[in-house]
Amino acid sequence: MDALLQFLFSGLTVGAVYALVALGFTIIYNASDVVNFAQGEFVMLGGMITVFTYQAGLPLPLAAVVAILVTSALGVALNKLAIEPARGAPVVSLIIITIGASIVIRGATQLIFDKQLHRFPSFSGDDPIHVLGATILPQSLWVIGGALAVFVGLWVFFTRTLTGKAVLATANNRVAAQLVGINTGWVMTLSFGLSAAIGAFAGVLVTPITLVGYDVGVALALKGFAAAMLGGMGNPKGALVGGLLLGCFEALTAGYLSSQYKEAVAFIVILAVLFVMPQGLFGSKSTERV
Amino acid sequence: MMSKTTTALATLAALGALTGAAQAEIRLGVSVSATGPAAFLGDPEAKTIEMLVEQLNEEGGINGEEIALTLYDDGGDPNKARTFATRLVEDDEVVAILGGSTTGTTMSILSVAEDEGIPFISLAGAISIIDPVREFVFKTPHTDRMACEKIFTDMQAQGITKIGMISGTDGFGASMQAQCKEVAGDHGIEILADETYGPQDADMTPQLTRIRNTDGVQAVLNPGFGQGPAIVTRNVAQLGFEIPLYQSHGVASDAFIELAGAEAAEALRLPGTALLIADKLAEDDAQYEVVTSYTEAYKAKYDQDVSTFGGYAHDAFALIVDAIARAGDSEDPQAIRDALEATSGLVGTTGTYSFSPEDHLGLDLSAFRMLEIKDGDWLPVE
Repeated sequence: MDALLQFLFSGLTVGAVYALVALGFTIIYNASDVVNFAQGEFVMLGGMITVFTYQAGLPLPLAAVVAILVTSALGVALNKLAIEPARGAPVVSLIIITIGASIVIRGATQLIFDKQLHRFPSFSGDDPIHVLGATILPQSLWVIGGALAVFVGLWVFFTRTLTGKAVLATANNRVAAQLVGINTGWVMTLSFGLSAAIGAFAGVLVTPITLVGYDVGVALALKGFAAAMLGGMGNPKGALVGGLLLGCFEALTAGYLSSQYKEAVAFIVILAVLFVMPQGLFGSKSTERV
Repeated sequence: MMSKTTTALATLAALGALTGAAQAEIRLGVSVSATGPAAFLGDPEAKTIEMLVEQLNEEGGINGEEIALTLYDDGGDPNKARTFATRLVEDDEVVAILGGSTTGTTMSILSVAEDEGIPFISLAGAISIIDPVREFVFKTPHTDRMACEKIFTDMQAQGITKIGMISGTDGFGASMQAQCKEVAGDHGIEILADETYGPQDADMTPQLTRIRNTDGVQAVLNPGFGQGPAIVTRNVAQLGFEIPLYQSHGVASDAFIELAGAEAAEALRLPGTALLIADKLAEDDAQYEVVTSYTEAYKAKYDQDVSTFGGYAHDAFALIVDAIARAGDSEDPQAIRDALEATSGLVGTTGTYSFSPEDHLGLDLSAFRMLEIKDGDWLPVE
């Protein structure tokens, strides 16, 4: 019994990491149908910049804020310099641009910072919390809490605010959105800035657990993307549930079956779900009006 | 206009010929992975070799001949490594090659070196590089198998016979896992649990819980490098293990203690080289001088701590310089190879090298030192 609980704690910890990355995908996807493959790099930057500003002597909360702001500015720059000039290009081209951007960011990071792994202290110490014979680290609770907070924030943003609805409208039909007076250029800028900020926030929260180096973004983006697909691309609820499910699948497989197959099983489950529900668990069915 | 260019070219060529005649040079080739996924290996290796060449040339070179270094960055890509090795031999006409940060790149360079008859000292770990022995191929790092043997010897001394293993699925972890399983029986060690994790995984508590719930496990061994071992160490502390944890030489660096946290890493053991405990070596230790001078020079030049990997490059360079000095003819790769194979008792940072026609690694188990982490620092285990 305590083993099961331990596996679930592990699954929730890892799953919340995936969920945070997956949530970052939602805004840009909702605004432009682009899957931003530089999202993992935003997470990495959040961690790296925090590490180096913290080492430079800034208090941790301030270092985290600096990291989130800088990354957010980079997200806006990515949109202005690379995405906007290619505005008329098909979505696939834009996705490839984001892959290029991720390579540039990775290269620049290893030049500006370094190629080593880093970590900063956990927010509330490293003493494990014991629950019924299983243990969980306080930082895991921060990550789970962070994922929930971002989820609630996004949900409110998309359903309760005019700006959020403007973002959705831009994705749905850019020309129509412009006709009703939505500044679609500004919506794109906003969505890149926000996505980068969420990514950096995720990086700040997960670094004490996963550690950070210039190349951790790729694996994070891949798992986050898988989680988002499982839950339904573009839906914050899907990102959260997809991430947590993926983490739990992996942990339970490693715990009960074999650690050799943990990723294989997770991906088989994703394939099976997508086979039955191509839009993911919470994805909206897209209907084309002819 | 045309004639002017030709004259300029001719002048340049003449100048080149003149300087060439005035100062004989020993052309040394290096291909390491200074960037890319293996940058943590190749970066200190490149820096070390550049520093040592500079030092040697300032001191007057080998028998008055300076070293001309050609250094390529293969980015960890075996295809690039092969191209660079060919270029080193054909265009740069080097007399020896150092490098091959990873086993993959080493295998590419190795075939070129063998075909062209150029001595090559590899900086990669796998035992297959020197077993079977190849005429022109040598290497400086210990093998995984030696690390396993060192760890198992220490376990035996502690009366440990039943262990659980948790290995990374990256090349290093998988290779060492296989080697350890092969030699465990020779040391009376039984592996009761055999778990793995992906190199980028964030939490290994499920695997460790399985090991903990396996009856009779007396110690945990974690072959791997990168963030995995640091996370395993933290998870072991989180789960409150009461049995000892052994790590591999893959994480033998001060950065590891920082990543894992001194508290979590307390009492952990691993096989490492003298470089890690440079400040604690006795002055009469055979390696004291070479280790201290290397660590001090590196720290002064780059303001970074040395790593075991830079040490491999240091030793490869020391070996080739020693061989060229003894070969008599610094232009003849065959003579340098023969001198290299005759190396005896050369003290490096990794250990003391003595090559023979049957042994192109030249280290024994004594080169590894069993280290224990105590209060966030390395302590040699007597």
